[in-house]
Amino acid sequence: MRYRIALLTIVTKEVRRFMRIWPQTMLPPAITTALYFLIFGTLMGQRIGEIAGASYMDYIVPGIILMSVISHSYANVVSSFYSTKFQRHIEELLVSPVPNWVILAGYVSGGVCRGLLVGTVVIGISLLFTTIPVIHLGLSCLVFLLTAILFALAGFINAVFADSFDDISIIPNFILTPLTYLGGVFYSVDMLPELWQTVSLANPILYIVNSFRYGLIGVTDIDITLALTMIISFIVALIVFSLYLLNKGVGIKQ
Amino acid sequence: MKALSIRNLTKTYANGFTALHGIDLEVEEGDFFALLGPNGAGKSTAIGIICSLVNLSAGSVRVFGHDLQQQSEQVKQCIGMVPQEINFNQFETVQNIVINQAGYYGIAPKEARARAEKCLKQMHLWDQRHTVSRRLSGGMKRRVMIARALVHNPRLLILDEPTAGVDIEIRRSMWQLMREVNEQGTSIILTTHYLEEAESLCRNIAIIDKGMIIKHSKMVDLLAQIKVNHFVLDLAQRLIKAPVVDGYEIVQLDSQTLQVGIPGEKGFNQLFAELTRQGISVLSLKNKSNRLESLFLDLVGG
Repeated sequence: MRYRIALLTIVTKEVRRFMRIWPQTMLPPAITTALYFLIFGTLMGQRIGEIAGASYMDYIVPGIILMSVISHSYANVVSSFYSTKFQRHIEELLVSPVPNWVILAGYVSGGVCRGLLVGTVVIGISLLFTTIPVIHLGLSCLVFLLTAILFALAGFINAVFADSFDDISIIPNFILTPLTYLGGVFYSVDMLPELWQTVSLANPILYIVNSFRYGLIGVTDIDITLALTMIISFIVALIVFSLYLLNKGVGIKQ
Repeated sequence: MKALSIRNLTKTYANGFTALHGIDLEVEEGDFFALLGPNGAGKSTAIGIICSLVNLSAGSVRVFGHDLQQQSEQVKQCIGMVPQEINFNQFETVQNIVINQAGYYGIAPKEARARAEKCLKQMHLWDQRHTVSRRLSGGMKRRVMIARALVHNPRLLILDEPTAGVDIEIRRSMWQLMREVNEQGTSIILTTHYLEEAESLCRNIAIIDKGMIIKHSKMVDLLAQIKVNHFVLDLAQRLIKAPVVDGYEIVQLDSQTLQVGIPGEKGFNQLFAELTRQGISVLSLKNKSNRLESLFLDLVGG
């Protein structure tokens, strides 16, 4: 009961934080994705034609939805937890009897809430351009949720190690964005030379995008069981690593 | 029962600097205890360890019988912490800061709101409850931190330089608040650079220097060790040189001001009698410095 109240306090605080600054958190993804759909889907998509039997617009919709989930669940936790360290109000949590798993669950839940909310806004925008058949609703919802959890965890680890505001933008700019664009959002990995197809298999975003695409329109480059196993394995590994960092006090205790 | 019992507490930072060299410290339940020391002496490190903000290297800390390493949640339930620097979210409202802290201690929202109201009223901050905290004055921000530290009814309140940088009026009102909290049964540990504050509020004292406890006693016993009190006398007439009075150290500060060292066993009467005999009139008299300050400087070699 005590832990549940502490968890709800952290989650409520986090949700209030990103809702308070909704013009920064909700509006930009709506505008950016509308432009993606307009330029890539409508204007260029008509010239590209079909991929694996789906129109180009339908093919890119799942990836673009997930791009927003990935970037916003990550951004929410990395900026919020780093600010908590920077302004030193992490001490409010450290002096309180809040177990580390509750701190982790609280911040990750905040990131998941923002990721899912932004993802839902982007789904709404996509419906202005196309219809989404949703072949496997359960799988789609599961991947939608797991993606938000995975990247919220990644954002948390980035924030733990960050010593400056530069450190919270390096990973998103130089690692996350390239991985997202190379994760099969805009193309099928079958279109790549064999060497790059093999290299792409090391990109976790490839598994996520293909699982979600399979859930929504029934098209995938990757075996779905393997994809889900990979996503869940990444999540478990990041949870274990995050708790290890918190228990050691890395970045938050001397 | 001991509110705090520290044994052989040692802290060596990652860069190899040893901030605490095996200190022992005890604070009784209900006490108002001063932990004094110059900058860099190890006060904040010791407090950081007690409050779980710094990992200890060796030794043990017990708070109301709970071991910090074995029963950290019970220890945290007992402690309220007011840090040296502002450490709340400056974009939150005053009320939310206190309510959130209650939530971290597992206090249900309805009860948290009631407790926040009580603490904010006690700290005279109720009218500012909806104010975003960055808009508060320095003194108000410090009182927000005290309200936040009290919201879970801690048995031990740790105040790390709570009045640093606030004006004398606010400092005096904060002293009164701290006395009230202590009178309600909360044990208090205070660190401060205002030695007058420690002398006025605290019953027991420890002085820490270079990571070691160099004095640990009752305040009255410590003050009794002062052998010579120094006073400044303003004179009615100008003097060319300082008068000589047997048994007193007299230094001329300027033509109309003397500094006199008065041994505890001799008192004032003999001095004034002799000055009067020499035709010297004293207009006023004041302490050269706070009594504890003189002793503190002697102990830490200042």
